[in-house]
Amino acid sequence: MKPITRIHSRTAVLADENIDTDRIIPARFLTTTTREGLGKLCFHDWRYQADGSDNPAFPLNQPQAQGCSIVVAGRNFGCGSSREHAPWALLDYGVRAVLCSEIADIFRGNALKNGLLAIVIDELEHRWLLKHPGIELVIDVRGQFIALPDGGRIPFRLEPFARHCLLNGVDQLGYLLQHTDAITHYEQQEKAA
Amino acid sequence: MSGKTLFEKVWNAHVVVPETTDTPAVLYVDLHLVHEVTSPQAFSELRERGLPLRRPDRMLATLDHSTPTLPTNADGSRPYANAEAQAQVTQLETNCREFGVELHGWDSADRGIVHVIGPELGATQPGMTIVCGDSHTSTHGAFGALAFGIGTTEVGHVMATQCLLQRKPKTMAIHVDGQLPPGIGAKDLILHIIGTIGVDGGTGYVLEYRGAAIEALSMDERMTVCNMSIEAGARAGLIAPDETTFAWLKGRPRVPQGAAWDAAVKRWRALRSDDDATYDHQVRIDATAVKPTVTYGTHPGMAIAMDAPVPAATNAQERRALEYMKSEAGKPMQGTPVDVVFVGSCTNSRLSDLREAANVLRGRRVADGVRMLVVPGSEAVRRDAEREGLHQIFTAAGAEWRVPGCSMCIAMNGDLAQPGQLVVSTSNRNFEGRQGKGARTVLASPATAAASALAGRIADPREYLVEVAA
Repeated sequence: MKPITRIHSRTAVLADENIDTDRIIPARFLTTTTREGLGKLCFHDWRYQADGSDNPAFPLNQPQAQGCSIVVAGRNFGCGSSREHAPWALLDYGVRAVLCSEIADIFRGNALKNGLLAIVIDELEHRWLLKHPGIELVIDVRGQFIALPDGGRIPFRLEPFARHCLLNGVDQLGYLLQHTDAITHYEQQEKAA
Repeated sequence: MSGKTLFEKVWNAHVVVPETTDTPAVLYVDLHLVHEVTSPQAFSELRERGLPLRRPDRMLATLDHSTPTLPTNADGSRPYANAEAQAQVTQLETNCREFGVELHGWDSADRGIVHVIGPELGATQPGMTIVCGDSHTSTHGAFGALAFGIGTTEVGHVMATQCLLQRKPKTMAIHVDGQLPPGIGAKDLILHIIGTIGVDGGTGYVLEYRGAAIEALSMDERMTVCNMSIEAGARAGLIAPDETTFAWLKGRPRVPQGAAWDAAVKRWRALRSDDDATYDHQVRIDATAVKPTVTYGTHPGMAIAMDAPVPAATNAQERRALEYMKSEAGKPMQGTPVDVVFVGSCTNSRLSDLREAANVLRGRRVADGVRMLVVPGSEAVRRDAEREGLHQIFTAAGAEWRVPGCSMCIAMNGDLAQPGQLVVSTSNRNFEGRQGKGARTVLASPATAAASALAGRIADPREYLVEVAA
């Protein structure tokens, strides 16, 4: 994974609460055996009309949302299944960060492991961002704040290890493998018990 | 020092490296369950990095999500929904062969939904840590195991190291006082609980279900309850193991036998929260107030008694949900016309679930125009059900009796509802499009599903059960 220190983009808003992973990528597309190319399927049943054309009512289809890589989403984004296809699809679609007052646990973990910034912010600021789509933000991972155009800052807190991995492009499996001796020791003790 | 919760006892016993401010704990995984949908990319990653599986003996794989539930074609081929579904199944077969993982595939007498066969085989045991690339792994918490769903990257972590990097979650006790009224089951209870604490009420927590009503539940019912913990946002739900648990597990293929069994039970008896243990949050639920419960919206937290009026929408999302469902504020869900009825899924596809549905259906016919699918959770459930003649009750009623799999719960194998159709489903998710694009899902118990199939409308199963008793 490449290090991620900051993301600079205008915001697009998906105001619905409880946007579940079936909405992010419907289950019928999970027959894939790779993680690539899922962007075209992202939000499929919301984003396209029956004839395959873009649904103008889908917020991210609107002209002002084009090129936005920061999505401000309604509370409890990513609830539902554990499918990592959800962050894979979002990233491939061009989303780099999701800001929300609450993000479902499994989705948040999956997202951060793939370099998708799933960031929890305070309710008050979340409400304000939901009401002001298209605002230019800079997400600073090192400083753990979001810079607003007027110079204001929205602080956030990432789990320290997730932040360390994002900033340094740390491969978490590589990190886990460094603990092989401790794991072997644990297994030996367990066997002896 | 205060006592420990059941969760803390299981957690503590699996810490390989403790967590610090900067780093999560390295947590050991006792059992890693695998299915075809969330594993291929993890196997590929191992292959690319030249890594072996650390403990293939602690893995158990099955085919369930993309598998057809119709019998084989005349030429012996299987009626897959598409070539991709078939390729995904073949990929898992290849991966398991190459990496030496025990797979309960097409030729296994034990194949079935991953959360049904784990317990059936006795692979699921009290005090274990159990993971799977599947959010309904919480099911196994019914045995006092710490069990939760993980993403595919983490599936790769467990494959290579048998461990996960985890922050310790918070704990929430859900005390269920009193007893469920007659004719009310575990599914009504868990829908009632999620309706009470909300679709995100459990986010960040491990739930522990306790109290008289929980202790009175059978293992099948406990699995139904724990299965849906994730629908309240909790990654895991736990129930302390007791005599019911031990009696259910005894003699199953993978549990210890003889003296080792006695020693294990002795160990497992300590797996309960100490009297002076403290939780980060507590909730009390009155079991006596639970009625036949169904969902009326597009997430499992939108659940109410079927005879209660649908609440008015208070925001845009709720309005959208009611519109999608065509649910009318102020009117009860009871009486809503039904197109499809699905009995199955890791929530409700065990033998007792099928009996519950069959008790309502026995000697009756599914209403004209209603399609009913009954999909057993495993080959073992199918055998047992057929031995009892349950399949004949279903087919005589006009329902379809299928081969085990996830089927219409996730609708990725070709079993799905058409746009606009209303499905009364014993599964766990009523998200938009979950059971087919545009399909409307109402979550319910097997008894309610069966009663609704008979009436052609959402119906109270107790009306049918009273007639049988009379």
